Order: sequence, then structure tokens, then C-alpha cells
Amino acid sequence: MPFCAIFVPEFLLQAVERSEPALSNKPLVLLDGPAPIFRVIAVNATARALGVALGLTKAAAAEFCGVEIRLRAKEQEAAAHAALLDAAWSFSPRVEDTAQDTVLLDLAGLTTLFGSYENVALQIKSRCVALGLDVHVGVSENVETARILAYARPGPTIVPAGQEARFLESLPVGLLTRSGELAEVFQQWGVTSCGALAALPVLSLSECVGPEGVCLHTVASGKGNRSLIIAEPTHLFEESLELDDAVEELEPLSFLLGRLLDQLCARLSARALAVRTIQLQLELQPGFEKAFDASRERLRTKQFPETFYCTLALPRPVQDAKLLLKLLRLRLQASSPKAPVRKIQMCAEPDRPLAMQCGLFLLAVPDPDKLELMLARIASVVGENNVGSPELLDCHRPDAFRMQRFLAPAQAGSEQKETEDPRIGFRVIRPRVSARVEFQGGQPVHIWFQGKSGRVVHASGPWRCSGEWWQERGWQEDAWDLEVRVAGEASVSSEAYCIVFDSLQKEWFVRGSYD
Amino acid sequence: MRSSTASLRLHVESALAGRVASPFRLRETRVPAVVPTGIPALDELVGGLPRGGLTEIYGPPCSGKTSILHSALASRTASSEACALVDAQDAFDPSGSQASGVLLQRLLWVRCHGLEQAFRSLDLLLHGGGFGFIALDLGDTPARLVRRVPLHVWFRLRRTVEDTSTVLLVLSRESNAKTCASLVLRVEKEKTRWSLQKRKTAAIAFHTPGCLLDGSACSAEIVRSLQWRKKLRFIDRANLREEDCEGMARFQVNFEQYVTEKALGEAAFLPLPENRQEKLPKRCKKKG
Repeated sequence: MPFCAIFVPEFLLQAVERSEPALSNKPLVLLDGPAPIFRVIAVNATARALGVALGLTKAAAAEFCGVEIRLRAKEQEAAAHAALLDAAWSFSPRVEDTAQDTVLLDLAGLTTLFGSYENVALQIKSRCVALGLDVHVGVSENVETARILAYARPGPTIVPAGQEARFLESLPVGLLTRSGELAEVFQQWGVTSCGALAALPVLSLSECVGPEGVCLHTVASGKGNRSLIIAEPTHLFEESLELDDAVEELEPLSFLLGRLLDQLCARLSARALAVRTIQLQLELQPGFEKAFDASRERLRTKQFPETFYCTLALPRPVQDAKLLLKLLRLRLQASSPKAPVRKIQMCAEPDRPLAMQCGLFLLAVPDPDKLELMLARIASVVGENNVGSPELLDCHRPDAFRMQRFLAPAQAGSEQKETEDPRIGFRVIRPRVSARVEFQGGQPVHIWFQGKSGRVVHASGPWRCSGEWWQERGWQEDAWDLEVRVAGEASVSSEAYCIVFDSLQKEWFVRGSYD
Repeated sequence: MRSSTASLRLHVESALAGRVASPFRLRETRVPAVVPTGIPALDELVGGLPRGGLTEIYGPPCSGKTSILHSALASRTASSEACALVDAQDAFDPSGSQASGVLLQRLLWVRCHGLEQAFRSLDLLLHGGGFGFIALDLGDTPARLVRRVPLHVWFRLRRTVEDTSTVLLVLSRESNAKTCASLVLRVEKEKTRWSLQKRKTAAIAFHTPGCLLDGSACSAEIVRSLQWRKKLRFIDRANLREEDCEGMARFQVNFEQYVTEKALGEAAFLPLPENRQEKLPKRCKKKG
């Protein structure tokens, strides 16, 4: 049963470069430590060539020309580690979370999908590159051998069964353990390679360095047979980015959002998942707004909330980062943060992507992805609550409805409606306009509203209805259907209206017209 | 002369090569597919609303435009098509339309407040594609405002909807799309139908089903149609005879609660006050 080890060299630097791809070709230095005494903890090859060494202070590192200096960010490291696990889980459910920069996975059964183990290793490597990580890959029948080979060589290194010891013999013994003490002992003995360690007698080694030494001897001989400690797959997809300079405008902010969305979508698609909901959390720079307090006649300051939240719920799972970015932009255009942004945190709720089968001879229905974007654009024109499908409320109040999200019909069919007499249409006047009505003998005879006036030729009513009288917003009204002869500029027209007398407000209103 | 014409033709064709396929050949006019409006008389007159074309229905207030819209929406939503209504003055009545048979969950309602919002939303809808039926309701927008919409806007709408399977329906008080429309209908209300011509009950507290608004009788006339050529004649609408009604259709729209007398039965009617004593059963009369 072969195993694969995936190792991310210079993990701390790669975590930063994954968030800021522009840094990959520049000399980069990572600082950490108690403020303000920051020390250099990681240096990339370009910076090392310039002479930057580990342990330098921030001031000393800044003296090197062109060196990019970043503070260590734990959240970026956690996101990079999660991406590494996602890459492993995209191949096998049997994954061991060995270290922040190392994962091991079981390759059993993958050859039927990808062919040889070399192909599997290449696929794993390219999947990790797609997720922003440059990794070393080692494949062996032995878990520890695969891990040590991944530490030692960029790979992919494939070890044939039974040849583990040959592949390990030339590798330095320091790769076997991260415990510096034991490695120092071996160095004092003159044991520098795994081959030399494997050649030592086990009993003597046990007497000198204890059971830990025996374990290392077994590993160096390529005979270890430990099994994986399986990690449970998580469904937490989170990416964050802390900014050195706060971003104030939407354009540069959307550029950063796009980058995070790309990373999230790549992780999700690697796990064959899609985004159902995105929660965006923007940490804002503390800001103040001056407001004039008239009562006290002095200027007071009003503090903004420090965090801005935005939730984007999608009717169907989406994997397209560009579409998500457009939707987020439209949402932020409608309600933007009130202060510059200094940190972005994005969390995606995953779901299984929908598969849709279209028919050749069926009428087209709106493409769900395009539809969502179009609805967001229309909402930015007419307002969030003014677009959607109406849903009638289960109450007797006239014109009671609410707007709900419009979902395109799954597939257009050829169902035919039974032909029946058409119903008269009604046009609602929102909000209802007040009117003046003249009565004679209990019947309305004349009406004035919206600059119009007319003689009532037919009337039907009053139809009394009331409701919700047990609540504060109770209503009670008498409705009349009127046919009104309205005199226009050129001719006289007959129009039908529905008017109501609001018994609570003691006023007449025109609810709408029959058309 | 002939050779110079041929050379000129060749010159024009070469100049327009890549932009216009064959400038001297008439474009084939295909018979567009049509969808029913749901009103038999109207469907008989115009055949239905053309797909890939702009249909304009105009008329004064209370002339039956909204009834046609609801009927068409009911027909299209019943066919599981995605429908959209761009409502320029937020005048759509969901309750009434559901009673007309519109499946509200298949209807996208865009509640606009003004022409600018309405036309921007309509553009987005048309470019988004996939909708089988899109209606622009300008019925409550003052005609003087709609008149200001430049002709090129209507032309753009026509070009956008062309070669698609979308029915674009515009409701307005006056005709504005002119030649950009594939079908233009003028609707007019002939009369409002009441159960009784004159209300005989003066008392407020007394109701009778005989005093209800039953509906209205409307007529529709083809003003322009690419499929149907109207004979030019002057019509005296006041003295219109049946044989002059070519290109016209009459239809009735009923009130939501309208029930025919046959369906209701005589027993359901309450007697009018003056006849009440006569209609009372003898046993009651004795007690009184």
C-alpha cells in the first residue's frame, strides 16, 4: 500500500506569497517576535543572495535595497495549511495532518484513476501549484520513507518497493528528526547519513540513545511500518488578508477580494464543492465623523463600528470566482463600508455543485449564474426590495404581499393553460392617494383626486372589511367600486376605480383602477 | 450603362464585405412563432404575440391593457416559461393577477419608480436572455413623458429582442414604438358592465349581488402588424357595422368575483326591498 508525502518548503514564506503573488520574484523577509523587537525569521533565496540573514532586526533588514518586509501572519499560514489539506483530500480521504507544512496520504486505488504512481505524484504537485503552493512530493510503500524523501528532494520521487534503504542511504541524518539534540549526538559520532545510521548495531544504539534512537534506525533502514493517523475532512473555507495600508476605495478593494475569491474557489473546486454563501468581514480603520449637536451647540464625534459585515447568499452553488466578485462588488456598491479597510476576512459555506441537463427542444430558461448577476444589477438600479417574485401573504389586508427571490423555472415545458374568460385587471396606486368624495342620498356622486375630477355614474358598495384589530396596525375600511365619467382635454372617458374610506383615519383614498 | 451598374454594384459589395453579407438581396422575412394571449377573440384576430418582436398595446386608462397583460402572463407562466414584468409605476396587483391564473413564482417583477429605472432594467433583462416573455408596463406613466423617449431606444429594443425567442410587450397610453413594433394594438373600453343598469337600493346597509361590477367590454384594433395587412378605410367608430370590423376584435373581461346568474341560481339572489314582501314565504308573512 503506497503512501505519498507532500511537503511545502519555506512554508512561512509561501503562505505570504500565496496571499501576495507579486512577492514571489522579489527578495522577501519575514519578521516575528515581540513588538517592537522584530527579528528576521525567514528569508527567501533572492533576499539571501542580497545578504539578508536570519536573526537580523527590522532596521537592519530594511537597509537592504529592494527587500520586501512582511510581518508573520498566522491567519495566512492557517489558510495555506488548509489549502494543503484540501489538495490532499481532493485525492484521498485517508490523509494525515503531520505538520503545518507536511501531509501524508494513502494512494491506494488511485492508479486506476491516474495510471502510474508517477502520474499521481505529478497530479498532486500540479494541484498544489493551482492552490498557490510549490511542494515536494515523495511516494513510497513506507510512510516515513515517503516523508523523508519529500523533505530531501523536490521530486516527485517514486521509491520502488523494497528499495527504500537505497534511496535513503545518501540523505543526511538530520532529516530523520527535527530534534536537534539527537542529531548533534549523531554528528559527534561521525554518523552523517541515513546509510551510516542504518549500518549501526541496533542493540548498541539502544543502549546509547534509548528507544528514540532505535526508531530512527528503523526509519533510516526503510523498514518502518507505522500507519496513518487519519484526519477528519473539514468544511471550513476561510481566507484572510491583512493590509499594510488601509484601502479606502472600492476598485483596489475589489482587486483584493478577487484574489481571495480565486483562492477560495480553487480550494472548493479541488474538493468538488461550490460556494453557497459568502460571509465577508472587513475590519475598518477607526474613524470619526463630526456631527453638530444642535441641542448642546458643540461638535461631537461619532465613532463608526470597527467591523463591516456582508453576507452574500446564493440560490444555487457557484464555483465561478469572477461571478462572485461581480456580485460582491454590486453588494458593496449598494452598502459600502464607512471607513478604510485594513483587514479582509472571507468565509465560504460550501455545497455540492448542481448538475443540470438541458434539452435540445425545450425553450431556454435564464442561465442561473447570469440570472443572479442580472438580478444584482437590477437591484442596484431599483433597490434590493424592488426585484423578485411576489408572494401573497396569508391575510385579508388588501395588497398584502412580500418579495422573494426569483428562481428560474427548472425547464420550460409545453403545458397549456385552460382557456377561460379573462379577468379584469387591476392597477394599484402605491401609495394610495387621498380623495374627496361627495355623497348624495348615501351614494357617491362626485370624486376629486390627483387633480382629476369626475361624476360618478355607477357605484357599488360599501364593502366593509377590517382586520388585525387586535394589533396596533389594525385596519378598517369601506370599499366602493365606481364608474366615473372623467372629462379630459379632448374627450370624456369612463373610468372604473376602487375607492376606500379608511374608518380609522376618517379619510377617502383611491386604491386603484380597473383596467 | 449596364456594365457601369454592375461595376458599381461590385464596388458597393466589396466595400461592405465583412459587414453586410449580401447588400442587394432582400432579407428573408421568416414567419415568427407566436404565443397565445389567452384571450380567444384577440388570438383569433392577431394570431398571438410574436416571439422575437416588439408588441405594443396602447389605449386610454381602463381600456383593458392590464387585463390582456395578466392573461398573457397567465398563459406564459402556465407553460413554465420565465416571465418578467418591468413595472414603471409600481402598479402591478399580485393578488388580482394570481386570480387571473398567473403563477407568481415564475414571474420576475421589477418595481421601478420612473422611466429611467424601467428602461435600464429592461435593457439588463433583454441582454441577460432566457426569458420567454418580458413586459414593460408604462400604462400609468404620463404620455408626455413616454413621448420623450427617443426613437432609437425603441429601435435598440427591437434589435435586442430580434432573433431571440422572447416576446417583448409594451403597454402604454399612446403608440410610441412606431415602426419598431412588429404588432401594434389599440384597445378601447366600450362599456363597463354592471349587474344592474341603475342601482335601485339607496340604503347603505343593504347589499345585493345584483349591484356588482361585472367587468367591461373592450375592443382591440390592429394598427400595425408585419403579418397582417390592414385595408385602408375610414371607420366611423360610432356607427360601426359588423362587416366593417375587419382588423378588430371585441372581448369581455370579467370581475374576479363575477358569477353568472345561471351558476348562482335564483335562490341566491336577495329580493329587492320593494319586492321583498311578495317574495317572502307565506308562513313568514303570517308571523309578520
